Amino acid sequence: MTATHISSRVSDRVMLAHGGGGELTSELIEAHFLPRINNPALAPLADGAIVPIGSDQSVVFTTDSYVVTPLEFPGGDIGRLAVCGTVNDLAVMGAEPLGLSLGVIMEEGLSLDVLDRVVASIARAAREARVPIVTGDTKVIERRGNEGLFLNTAGIGRLRPGLRLGTERVESGDVILFSGRIADHGLTIMSVRAGIAFDSDLRSDAAPLADLISALSASGADVKFMRDPTRGGVAGVLADMCLRSGYSIEINEAAIPISPTARHAAEMLGLDPLTVANEGKLVCVVRREDAAKAIKAMQDHPLGREAAIVGRVTDAEPPLVELRTRAGGRRIVQRPYGEELPRIC
Amino acid sequence: MTPRLQDIAEGLGDSAVRLGRTVRFMEVCGTHTVSFYRNGLRALVPDNIRLISGPGCPVCVTAQRHIDAAIELARGPRVLIATYGDMLRVPGRSGSLESSRADGADIRVVTSALTAVDIAAECPERTVVFLAVGFETTAPATAAAVITAERRGLENFAVLMCHKRVVPAMRALLDAGETRLDGFLCPGHVSTIIGAEAYRPIVEVYCKPCVVAGFEPAQMLEGLARLVRQASREEARLENVYQAVVSDAGNAVAQRLMCQVFVKADAPWRALGEISASGLELAPAYRRFDAIERFGIALGEDDDNPACRCGEVIQGLVEPGECPLFANGCTPLSPVGPCMVSSEGTCAAWYKYNGQSAGRAAVRIGGGS
Repeated sequence: MTATHISSRVSDRVMLAHGGGGELTSELIEAHFLPRINNPALAPLADGAIVPIGSDQSVVFTTDSYVVTPLEFPGGDIGRLAVCGTVNDLAVMGAEPLGLSLGVIMEEGLSLDVLDRVVASIARAAREARVPIVTGDTKVIERRGNEGLFLNTAGIGRLRPGLRLGTERVESGDVILFSGRIADHGLTIMSVRAGIAFDSDLRSDAAPLADLISALSASGADVKFMRDPTRGGVAGVLADMCLRSGYSIEINEAAIPISPTARHAAEMLGLDPLTVANEGKLVCVVRREDAAKAIKAMQDHPLGREAAIVGRVTDAEPPLVELRTRAGGRRIVQRPYGEELPRIC
Repeated sequence: MTPRLQDIAEGLGDSAVRLGRTVRFMEVCGTHTVSFYRNGLRALVPDNIRLISGPGCPVCVTAQRHIDAAIELARGPRVLIATYGDMLRVPGRSGSLESSRADGADIRVVTSALTAVDIAAECPERTVVFLAVGFETTAPATAAAVITAERRGLENFAVLMCHKRVVPAMRALLDAGETRLDGFLCPGHVSTIIGAEAYRPIVEVYCKPCVVAGFEPAQMLEGLARLVRQASREEARLENVYQAVVSDAGNAVAQRLMCQVFVKADAPWRALGEISASGLELAPAYRRFDAIERFGIALGEDDDNPACRCGEVIQGLVEPGECPLFANGCTPLSPVGPCMVSSEGTCAAWYKYNGQSAGRAAVRIGGGS
C-alpha cells in the first residue's frame, strides 16, 4: 500500500463511527485513553469497576452518558435509558444498586414540557429499579442544533456476597441463556430515525434488570457470567466472552427469542439482529446442571418470561462463536466493527 | 430447518451429485450475497456448486471520481449532502464522506430520496445534493424526488447521478469473456422494477440460464436447484421462482418515472471501467438538477489502489481471500476498496462471516484482524 493511500483514509478527527461500540471504539480507547489513564480497577474495561473498600467488601462504580436521538421513542425515552443503562451495568457486575447521580446538559431552547416528561420518566424508572437519585448537576449550553438534551448517570452498588462472576469461570458444557426477545430497542430507535413507521408493536425494551438478577441469584443457580447486550448486541457480548474465556460458543438461531416484527424490521434495514442494541435484556452463562433452575427463576419474573437456553460453551478449536442458522446452515458470529449503517436497497 | 427447506436442500444435493461436474453461478445482488452468508447456506450447498458474487452492490461499483465529486461538493460553501448511509465510508482520493463530515461538512444520512427533497425545503439557504446511487431499485425514487422538487419549485435541490443498470453489466461481464459462468441467480429487488423479461437477452443471446429468486434461504436454494437442473440438461431458460413479487414486465409506474426523468448513458463502474448504456443521466428537461453541471465540477480520473482486487472480485475472477490487501490493510474499519465498505459488499460479507465457510471449516480465511 502506498503512503498516499494510507493518508487518504485516516482522519485526524473523531468520527461518528468511533462511538459505535465496535472495534473502532476500542481502538479509540486503547490509543487515546489507556496509555495515559490506567489502573487495576479500570484495566478489565468491564461495565463497571470493582473497588475494594475494606478487607471483605467491595463497591461497584460505573458511569454512562446518553445522547440518543430522538429523545422520546416507543417504549421509553432518554431518561428511562439513563436510569436503566446504569442500573444494568451495576447489576450485571453482581452489584445491588445503592444510588445514582444525574448530570443534565441542556441546549438553550429545549422545551420545558419535554424536560418535565423526561424527568418524570427518570423518577418512574428509578422507583422501578428501587434506587434513589442521590446527587446531580445541570448545565445549559448554546443551541447547537442537536436534540437539546444529554444525560450522564453514574451509579454505585454493593457487590452481592456469594456471586462469583467472570469469564475465567466459564468452561465447556456451560449453557448460554437470553432473558428474552432481542433487538427491540435498537430497531425501535432506527426505525423512528429512518422515518419508517412499522405498523406494529415494536417498542424499546428499556428496563432495570437488578430485580431479575436478584431472582436469578436467589434461585441458587451457579451463574458464572452476565452482560446486558447493549451497543453491539448479543453478537458483541458473545464474541467478547469467547475472546476473554478462550472457549467456543455455539448458539442456535431457532432458539433465540425474537419477535417477527423485529426480524422483519432488521431485514428491511439490512441489519443483523444479533448486532442490534438491547436495553433490558440479559445474556448469562450458567453451569449446565443449573440451567433448568435458572430458566425457571427468569421465567417467573416479568422481565424474563421469554427466557431461553440459546446455546452452549464448547472447547472446539479455534475459539469462535458459531451460529446454527434457522435454515440449517452454520456461520461465524463476530463483534460488529462499528456503527451499523442501514443499507441502500 | 423447515421440511420444505430440507426437501429443497436434499433435491439440490442429489442433482449436484448427478451433475458430476463443478458449475459456477453468479448472484448479481448484494442482498443475495449477504443472505447466503448470514444464513450459513454454504453448508447446505454441495461443493461442486460455486456461487460467485457479481457487481451487485451499488456502493461497490460507484466510481471513485463520483465519490471525489461528492467530497468536493461537500466541502463547498452552502452545500448539504444527503446520502444513503453505506456511502459514508467509501474511500475517495482524499478521505471519505465520513471524514469530511468530521472535518465540518454538512452530510446527512437519509433512507429515501424524498427525504432529501424535504431537507431542501427546510434549508432554502443551502443547495441539497442527493447522491443518487443504486440500481433500478432506487432509481425510480430518485426520479420521483426530482419531479417532486420541480413541482415544489425547489431550485436548491440537485442530484449527483451515479445510478447503474444491472443487465448491461451482466452483458459486459459476458462480453469480456474472462468470467466463466454457467448461469445467473438474478436479483429479487431490481427485478420487481425491471421485470423478469429483462434478462431474456442473457438467455437468448448468451445462452446463459437465468433464475430470478428472492432472498429467503428457500428461495435462494430453489433458484440454485433450478440452475443446476438447467445445467444438467444443458438448457438456457429464463425462470422466475419469485413470482409472488416479480412479474414478467415489472413495475410500469416506476419504469415510466425513470423514462420521464432519465436517459440511458455510458457510465463508469469502479474497477470495471466504462460500460456502454449502463447508467442513467438526467433527461434534458431535468438537466438543471444535475449537481455536476450546476457546480461545474470536473470529474477527475479514478486513482484506485493498484493492489486492490475489488474489480476482479466483482467480476467473479478472484475470491476476496485472494486479494493481498484482504484483512491485511483492508478491513471494514479502514477499507481500501469499496467491496469492503458496504455491508452488502462481497469482501465485507467475507470478512464478517469468515469467508465462504460452512461454519468453522474455512474460518481462517477471514481471520479477524
